[in-house]
Amino acid sequence: MTSPSRTSLARFTLPARLLHWGMAALILAMLLIGAAMVTSLGNYHVLVSLHRPVGLLILVLALLRLAYRQRHAPPPLPADLPLWQRRAAHASHVALYGLMLALPLIGWAMLSAARYPVALVGPLVLPPILPGSPTLYADLRAIHTVLAYMLFGVILAHLGAALLHGLIRRDGVFASMALWKPRA
Amino acid sequence: MSLLTDLTGAPPGTTTRALILRLSAIGAVLAGTAGAFAYAGGWLSPGALTPSRVINRFEDVNGRHPGFRRNHAKGMCVAGTFAASGAGARVSRAGVFVQGRVTPVEGRVALAGGQPYAADAETTVRSLALRFRLPDGEEWRTGMNDIPVFPVRTPEAFAEQLLAAKPDPATGRPEPERLRAFYAAHPESAAAAALIRARTVTAGFADGTYRSLNAFRFVAADGRATPVRFAYLPERDAAPATDARSPGADRNFLFDDLAAALRREPLRWRLVVTLGQPGDPTDDATTPWPVDRETIDAGTLTLTGATPEAPGNCRDINFDPLVLPDGIAPSDDPLLSARSAAYSQSFTRRAGEATLPSAVTRTPNHGAAL
Repeated sequence: MTSPSRTSLARFTLPARLLHWGMAALILAMLLIGAAMVTSLGNYHVLVSLHRPVGLLILVLALLRLAYRQRHAPPPLPADLPLWQRRAAHASHVALYGLMLALPLIGWAMLSAARYPVALVGPLVLPPILPGSPTLYADLRAIHTVLAYMLFGVILAHLGAALLHGLIRRDGVFASMALWKPRA
Repeated sequence: MSLLTDLTGAPPGTTTRALILRLSAIGAVLAGTAGAFAYAGGWLSPGALTPSRVINRFEDVNGRHPGFRRNHAKGMCVAGTFAASGAGARVSRAGVFVQGRVTPVEGRVALAGGQPYAADAETTVRSLALRFRLPDGEEWRTGMNDIPVFPVRTPEAFAEQLLAAKPDPATGRPEPERLRAFYAAHPESAAAAALIRARTVTAGFADGTYRSLNAFRFVAADGRATPVRFAYLPERDAAPATDARSPGADRNFLFDDLAAALRREPLRWRLVVTLGQPGDPTDDATTPWPVDRETIDAGTLTLTGATPEAPGNCRDINFDPLVLPDGIAPSDDPLLSARSAAYSQSFTRRAGEATLPSAVTRTPNHGAAL
């Protein structure tokens, strides 16, 4: 290792790392559930019954995570990272946070507009956040799909960049989010 | 090569071989993730029956009628209440069954088929869909038909039957050979069709018996689940349909008769819940349950009025049979999830479409001198 920045980068705090990996699993599962349920007849009901409560859980965790991030700034990126990569990293994180908040909110809003009860588990039902309107539902339903594809795309880019940091640059960026301290 | 090193920011000393190997590994992870997504989304199984393909088939058979339901397209809104007898609470903890509870209900009567402007015909299957609004936002939605059993057992058979029964453009009737082939491949459907043909066709919507057809599970307060089928039985005696009516006099006579009857007085149905025994088929809506099964009289549905479909009323409600309150759960009947998925697809399509008024819009000009 030639420069100190490659090895001595600070790590995210443990709660930040737990939130990151927990949400990574939930969001990936959610994207797969979403893609599967819209094309499934036999598993539609089971999947859609999972999709609603997991969506709410992601919304709550995303808000929690944003609040936590305000108080605990993430470690800085390596000093030798090119400017365009810095900008891409910043933009992709804005997109990730924006989408993980927007998708559950739009899901909740579109079900409200369609006048479906937003059932969670047992007798628990969320109140509607929009008045009933089929046209509003149709628009939000289409936007929900487009944003879900966008989120999947940004996640692929994020995953690719993370692996690039971890396997090729080896600059401590991947290690800063790893759950366990990697071998030196 | 130095370009690759620069682009990736690999530390000096990384060999080309190592770099390409690691890039390939990253590519494989990304391709695997995208592949899992494509698999989940059905892109790798283009022949599978999906909600979209089921609704496409309705559109193929009936033509496209923007803004209308793809099935049970011709309908009218009804409203009323459900008063629980309390007897249902023994098998289901759902709030609608609590003794003395009166739940507001809105609903829709309709004729099976995807033609919103077809003339009413006595032998067309009639349906009653209901939406019960429980406290705390819970709902019970149900769609029932006036036939003794459902014509098919699986969603795949349903799609096959739609195609087999598609009228030949030349004759206006289904091709007998295709129907025969369908029934040969689906003996359970042939048996169900015989039961459906043998039913008593009543005079109208007002004296019809509407059945869940699919089985559900009622879940009691102590968690015990009971397989059930349920039906709404009319309070008034069923009168068989007569041929007295001159055809063509009123293209909406079934709807207009019900609207007129509701202007005269409320109409009542008893909710009769049939309790299944072990071995009664819960996953086969083509087969009746033995007639000696215990039943529970769970309460009375009273319909008090009818209104034409319009923005904001029953027209814009998806009567998805799996919108259920706690205490009512789906059975293992494969049709239930498929109905839920197909209704949702039909609702999503029509929600975004400009539409024409329902055929049932005016007050009838016969027998309405009240």
